[in-house]
Amino acid sequence: MAAPYEYEEGGYPQQTDAVGYDPNFVPDSVKSFVVHLYRHIREKNVYEIHQMYETSFQTLSERMFKETPGLLLMPLRLTLIMTMSSACFTVRCGSVTCMLDFLLLLDSGLIRGIIIAAFSRFLISVVLHGVVNMQLPNQWLWDMVDEFVYQFQAFCQYRAKMKSKTVEEIALLRQFDQAWNVYGVLNFLQALVEKSTIIQILEREKEGLEEFTATDGYDYSGGSNVLKVLGYFSMIGLLRVHCLLGDYHTGLKCLRPIDITQQGVYTSVIGSHITTIYHYGFANLMLRRYVEAIHEFNKILLYIYKTKQYHQKSPQYEQILKKNEQMYALLAIALSLCPQVKLVEETVNSQLREKYGEKMARMLRYDEEASALYDELFSYACPKFITPSAPSFEEPLVNYNQDAYRLQLKMFLYEVKQQQLLAGVRTYLKVYSTISMGKLANYMDLDEPNLRAVLMTYKHKTHAVDSDGKIISNADVDFYIDEDMVRVVESKSAKKYGDYFLRQIVKLEGIMTDIDRIKLE
Amino acid sequence: MVQEAINGGAEKSQLAITVEQLIAVNPYNPDILPDLENYVNEQVSSQTYNLDANLCLLRLYQFEPERMSTPIVARILVKALMAMPAPDYSLCLFLIPERVQIEEQFKTLNVLSHFLETARFRQFWDEAAKSRHIVEAVSGFEQAIRAYAVHVLSITYQKVPRTILAEAINIEGVSLDKFLEHQASNNGWVIEKGQGKGQLITLPPTEFNHPELKKNTADGVPLEHITRIFPILG
Repeated sequence: MAAPYEYEEGGYPQQTDAVGYDPNFVPDSVKSFVVHLYRHIREKNVYEIHQMYETSFQTLSERMFKETPGLLLMPLRLTLIMTMSSACFTVRCGSVTCMLDFLLLLDSGLIRGIIIAAFSRFLISVVLHGVVNMQLPNQWLWDMVDEFVYQFQAFCQYRAKMKSKTVEEIALLRQFDQAWNVYGVLNFLQALVEKSTIIQILEREKEGLEEFTATDGYDYSGGSNVLKVLGYFSMIGLLRVHCLLGDYHTGLKCLRPIDITQQGVYTSVIGSHITTIYHYGFANLMLRRYVEAIHEFNKILLYIYKTKQYHQKSPQYEQILKKNEQMYALLAIALSLCPQVKLVEETVNSQLREKYGEKMARMLRYDEEASALYDELFSYACPKFITPSAPSFEEPLVNYNQDAYRLQLKMFLYEVKQQQLLAGVRTYLKVYSTISMGKLANYMDLDEPNLRAVLMTYKHKTHAVDSDGKIISNADVDFYIDEDMVRVVESKSAKKYGDYFLRQIVKLEGIMTDIDRIKLE
Repeated sequence: MVQEAINGGAEKSQLAITVEQLIAVNPYNPDILPDLENYVNEQVSSQTYNLDANLCLLRLYQFEPERMSTPIVARILVKALMAMPAPDYSLCLFLIPERVQIEEQFKTLNVLSHFLETARFRQFWDEAAKSRHIVEAVSGFEQAIRAYAVHVLSITYQKVPRTILAEAINIEGVSLDKFLEHQASNNGWVIEKGQGKGQLITLPPTEFNHPELKKNTADGVPLEHITRIFPILG
């Protein structure tokens, strides 16, 4: 989840006029900022780095913008992430000016794409081949991965709109046909995962041989957290890229080393927490694992509800709210297909009713209008799917930026259509404990062979296959057929106390340890 | 479950081992495309199945559409149908561009998938009979679909009339007697005489057709969760 960019829908901003700006001039405030930042990085003062990153830079950027209008038209945050990433390395070489060249070049949309490709190469060389001896805030490390994936997505969207391109743009695209190459992006993230050995670290942690989650990924014994945490966040980056490509199975596979039933480093940064659960939930929705999706959406929506006030000043606040709304839409879809309202906490449920109560009632009807509503909610809440292949430069030029989205939407609506009679069955099953096939067929206005097919479809669609190949039931109302009789079983909500107790035991132990440490005078 | 049953039997071939290694080392490598295509053909002839490898291939096609081979895609889709009730067929379709999906052979496969997804077995077998050239190219197709039909029946029915079973698995008469006999001695099916309507088959109890069996699993706590508090308990 990236910062709220104004150009999110429209693609890249047009080149702006930066005449009158001397690229070799570095204002004192910027110099002093970089010097301070460098000092904190050298001293491994994570708290101060975080402060400068989250707050001071914003203030500085805003002031600079006032002094030199037209200079920082680029989204502040992007500039921040990139310049600071490069700054902390370049400062060591004594070159501050190159970072301001960066700013200037960044004003051009296309060049930005190319620059960021260069930036990623730079990251590869420094992080993967060099020795990094720093502690950087998780927020910053998350932003690097997040921004990287976001820029890839935005570039694919931009490139796919061929019709409106100028001759120069097309020439540039041809010349830099490897910019944001999809193999490069995936291999980059994959390389971070592998070089960081994060999967092994998490495995060792399970066996109690290593600490990672307990320290939020920071290294308090003199080492660096950079590679480890970048590798960790890259797994989430891979989940996101695969979702953008429509490959939900592989996306979830990339995330598997992270146990999302527990708190982890991914929950230490709100942006990473939301991105993880949004994509995890969406992928599960597409795989028909509705209960899993509902479960995770419910948890994160409750969390956002309780904590959003603390993020009001964050540059990501708008983005948090947007993902919040999108996840309510996805929850509405999941609950319409699988009405397990019991799984949803009261606060979340009342928010949901407020936003989508009326629409959800209409979605149960399964007519044309209902289908239009599924379409509307899906289109609003789905990820921005991409077509990763390069455009054809043959005339006539065509736009293909909507192709990926249309395919995923079509597939989803097809699934909805296959389930369209299930809501009707559900209604009858809820009011009967036993009913004969003949009678039910009569009520539903179907002949018996068709009713049988509908009942079996209900069973098939409510019984998903989980990631281990096991059959799991998503049914709210379940039944079985005994020769000619349908016998209904109301599913009881199985509350899991085990997990709750386990967590409380760990918590209590923590408190006891703290108490033991207190020395009374 | 069906997948495991298919994979479990045979020893892994050299090609399977090589391809799995290639994917493990670098799943985003365009150079492994020919190996993955060969592997699809091997899965077709040797009745094995590897969804990850096939998705990996579809992904490479997605990145470089000009390298796509539609016969291979069709084979992958037939194999995915055979993996039902797993959602593999949709997983594959999510990666296949619409302009490819409108080709005749894919339209047929989509119809077959639709009948299976909506448990319309009679229509499925009729349609499959019309498209022999597609499905018969893959060995084990009918058995795999039968396994799926039996799966759907056994999560739905405690006792199923013979005629309905016959329709779903497309076997009748003496062949069906043999099939039932085999199931009775291997999988615990019980065949009894129904009330004037012919045979009635009691399917083995699962937590899905006997919901009361479910409770036990929901109450448990997985061992790995307990292990987290071992240090405290110790």
